[in-house]
Amino acid sequence: MSRDGEEEHGHEHSENELRAEALETLLTEKGLVSSEAIDSIIRLFEEDIGPMNGAQVVARAWTDEGFRRRLLADANSAIGELDLTTMLEAPLVVVANEPSVHNVVVCTLCSCYPSGLLGISPAWYKDPSYRSRIVREPRRVLSEMGLDIEPSTEVRVWDSSAEVRYMVLPARPPGSAGWDVERLAKLVTRDSMIGTGRPRDASAVESGK
Amino acid sequence: MTRAPRLLDDAGPAAPPRKNGELVFDHVWEGRLFGLTMALHESGLFAWDEFRTRLIGEISAWERRHPQGEGYRYYERWLAAFEGLVIDKGLCGDGELSTRFQDLLARPPGHDH
Repeated sequence: MSRDGEEEHGHEHSENELRAEALETLLTEKGLVSSEAIDSIIRLFEEDIGPMNGAQVVARAWTDEGFRRRLLADANSAIGELDLTTMLEAPLVVVANEPSVHNVVVCTLCSCYPSGLLGISPAWYKDPSYRSRIVREPRRVLSEMGLDIEPSTEVRVWDSSAEVRYMVLPARPPGSAGWDVERLAKLVTRDSMIGTGRPRDASAVESGK
Repeated sequence: MTRAPRLLDDAGPAAPPRKNGELVFDHVWEGRLFGLTMALHESGLFAWDEFRTRLIGEISAWERRHPQGEGYRYYERWLAAFEGLVIDKGLCGDGELSTRFQDLLARPPGHDH
């Protein structure tokens, strides 16, 4: 959705950003609109529309071992095989979660993000706190975000840049055996492809659409 | 929730930037402003056409001031249109908006959102 890598390093608050924030804070304080209502509209674009391309890639990798191997070896050309209306503007590396390895993506310098696959990046991804802390204390940050990683599982943090972007291939949820790509894609969340969440439980999607 | 995007123009000056049919936000604040505008509209505080008319007005006023068209930012026009709307509708005072803006500007860097 958004252009990749356009956020300037160190450029935190533009005048426009502050004007927009002034409007949002005043209107919410007056009770004319709620943060929840704003968030749910934004989620519509971030969660429901934005990461659809990434979800297709993940679901395909879950069902097609050959594609999975090609994806992990050369993500840009593997994704080029799929009929996706997206553009990957930077080299992409896909890193797979395994029982012994959990991967998580950050951009410590700014907010580089594979937006062609994941849509607009969430606000917390740009937050200075996430960007610095996920490197220093990834388990703790993930735990605060609701994702507890087994002590025996290694956590690998991947730092995106303008030269290379990363996306996580999450583990296929149990209970989804025999599902087709379309159904599997519904399990894939944005956060599971950043590495700060897991895919949905199969039971959440199982009972119809 | 799919009703909101149907308000948006597909073509013409008021149509938001899209890539492959999806909305394009270059900055996080643009997405939040978009959400704020939609949410306030859903609260029934203004008719979409009131906003759309202002947006078109802001865009054409900008184009008159910048005949070369350089530096055009769609959501900057959206911001100006939305500010004008909430002030004229009495939803927010001009003065309190400026005060809040100055407060945010004076905020120490590195704060948490």
